[in-house]
Amino acid sequence: MTTGSLTAPRRTRIRLPRRQVPVLATLALLLVMYGIGVSQYTAFSNVQVIFNVFIDNGFLLVVAVGMTFVILTGGIDLSVGSVVAMTAMVSADLLQKGLPAALVLVIALLIGPTLGLLMGCAIHFFDIQPFIVTLAGMFFARGMCTFISGSSIPITDGFWTRMSQERIGDPQGNFVSISVLIAFAVVLVAAYVLAYTRLGRNVHAVGGNPQSALLMGLPLGRTRIAVYTISGLCSAIGGILLSFYTLSGAPLIAVGMELDVIAAVVIGGTVLTGGSGYVFGTVLGVLVLGVIQTLITFDGSLNSWWTKIVIGGLLFAFILLQRLIGIRYK
Amino acid sequence: MNDTKGRYRTMIGHRLFWPVAVLVVMLAANTIYRPGFLSIELKDGHLYGSPIDILRLSAPLILVALGMTLVISTGGIDLSVGSVCAISGAMACMYISKQPDQNSLTVVLTALAMALGVALVLGVWNGVLVAVIGIQPIIATLILMVAGRGLAQLITQGQIITINSGPFRSIGLGHLLTLPLAIFIALAAALLVAAFTRRTALGMIIESVGGNAEASRLAGIRSGRVIFLAYVVSAVCAAVAGFMMTANVSSADGNAVGLWVELDAILAVVIGGTSLAGGRFFLSGTILGALIIQTLTTTVYAMNISPQTSLLFKAVVVIAVCLIQAPAFRAKFSRRRRSAPPPRPVADKPKEQVPA
Repeated sequence: MTTGSLTAPRRTRIRLPRRQVPVLATLALLLVMYGIGVSQYTAFSNVQVIFNVFIDNGFLLVVAVGMTFVILTGGIDLSVGSVVAMTAMVSADLLQKGLPAALVLVIALLIGPTLGLLMGCAIHFFDIQPFIVTLAGMFFARGMCTFISGSSIPITDGFWTRMSQERIGDPQGNFVSISVLIAFAVVLVAAYVLAYTRLGRNVHAVGGNPQSALLMGLPLGRTRIAVYTISGLCSAIGGILLSFYTLSGAPLIAVGMELDVIAAVVIGGTVLTGGSGYVFGTVLGVLVLGVIQTLITFDGSLNSWWTKIVIGGLLFAFILLQRLIGIRYK
Repeated sequence: MNDTKGRYRTMIGHRLFWPVAVLVVMLAANTIYRPGFLSIELKDGHLYGSPIDILRLSAPLILVALGMTLVISTGGIDLSVGSVCAISGAMACMYISKQPDQNSLTVVLTALAMALGVALVLGVWNGVLVAVIGIQPIIATLILMVAGRGLAQLITQGQIITINSGPFRSIGLGHLLTLPLAIFIALAAALLVAAFTRRTALGMIIESVGGNAEASRLAGIRSGRVIFLAYVVSAVCAAVAGFMMTANVSSADGNAVGLWVELDAILAVVIGGTSLAGGRFFLSGTILGALIIQTLTTTVYAMNISPQTSLLFKAVVVIAVCLIQAPAFRAKFSRRRRSAPPPRPVADKPKEQVPA
């Protein structure tokens, strides 16, 4: 997408399309951060370092893709972190009870979208703010986690351990996990849906201006309900990936994840009032968060709380940037 | 006859009816479950009992929710209050822990003043982002929410700072006139905010800004300043709440202090009848909302259910309250109710049936 913007017919000479400035800024930031890493630490240039960023953040990527849909319509979904935790928790619990892996997968993947559908309906039919509805969804899902079990449940199922330990690698010994491939598949599907399908067009239109979308005869309600369902599905997939990653379900995992996800989407250039943004930007946003963590891990003298401060600072910088280049913000 | 019906209608229609009803029902349910629930006894000159506990524990939430009410009525939202609680608590505890005499009143007052100063700066930061730069409130305060937890941990160096200071502990656990001091602090804050917003034109100005910032600006109100002020007040309220939370346990934990409090506060405001879209605000409703949330939490504890599971109940309450308040839901509900019975011929008979 970025290369597209650079090689596009230059009617306005060097001036970049304003909408793509945040994405390009994120890309530049990512390259700078990676450059700093490589220049400071020799081991940073290993390909595996990049692969590890994907392995550690695959679930975050999937959830952020779902959030991109919601934010593109101008909504917000605060329930994602809790739904991720609930999915992992339900899977772990059902597996422990001896249900076959395939059935557990189906059940786990159904819960998230169902909750999303219900929240979407509440938002659309009763005209309650997305913020407060998904807040209730967040409370509900987190409550369900502890309702299932107060402590973490290990997963020993054969399918899960295989998915967790399988390494797909190149001859040099670098590898990724299956989760990364699943995350990429989700990204590709989402990018296709947003760019080339009717739903994608509706999502952008509703986010741009709900009134005119409605006047144009676009299905406002169906689109809004759909994005929360999609976000629920992505959270459910994210939850499965997280359970592959940790091989357990814990009631307090992914607390505050919704904020990381929103930060990733915003840093990726999606405007919070909706209408403008790309899945590719979200991928970059997740990578920025991942590289920050890697840099802090490599440094050793910095503590984990610096991650939060840096993410907060970046969030500020990107919001200011979007504001400065005049993308509609209110 | 019509008068009774009318009065009944007015009562049901009163904005405080549902919050009060919910609170009464919850207290009644508790009393049935545990007959001694409502009893209060005097021990060592202090009053003890579940109702007193609920009041004491809800004090921090009332404070945070008061500030949140003002912010929400300007059409904004403040997600950073939890982090501000953590930062102010961490600042105060850090300073006190470094002093040789932790029990000295001067030390504690200096610590409180310093932490309040920091909170003021954080409030100004939020205010500038929203009112001056014009960033969407939810996202402007999200920045401090994310970064603030990091700052709190930075102050405490990631440790849980434990202190042993009598004067500081009394903010959370002290007593005044047989009642917990925290109740008085919350009450004082509520009266102060009420006095400023209801005895002066400030409240009306805030509501007009929340109703339509641009229109009120054209009408000659400096809406930017009003919005700015709301965030500063919210941060200061959150800081005082942070003192209470840390004083309750005599320790500051950057991660845990004020966790979820922003959500509880928003919930309290919404239960209290203030619309998230901004405009009219109801301080008494907010206080009732905070009491409802604390009663719910206490009830869940009393029933030996894990504290985290109380979130499930909160979810149900949020949805129920929102649905009741949503005009769309009300319209659907009342239409169904009205259309359900077959249209009766208008006669004088039904009028006689109105319960006296």
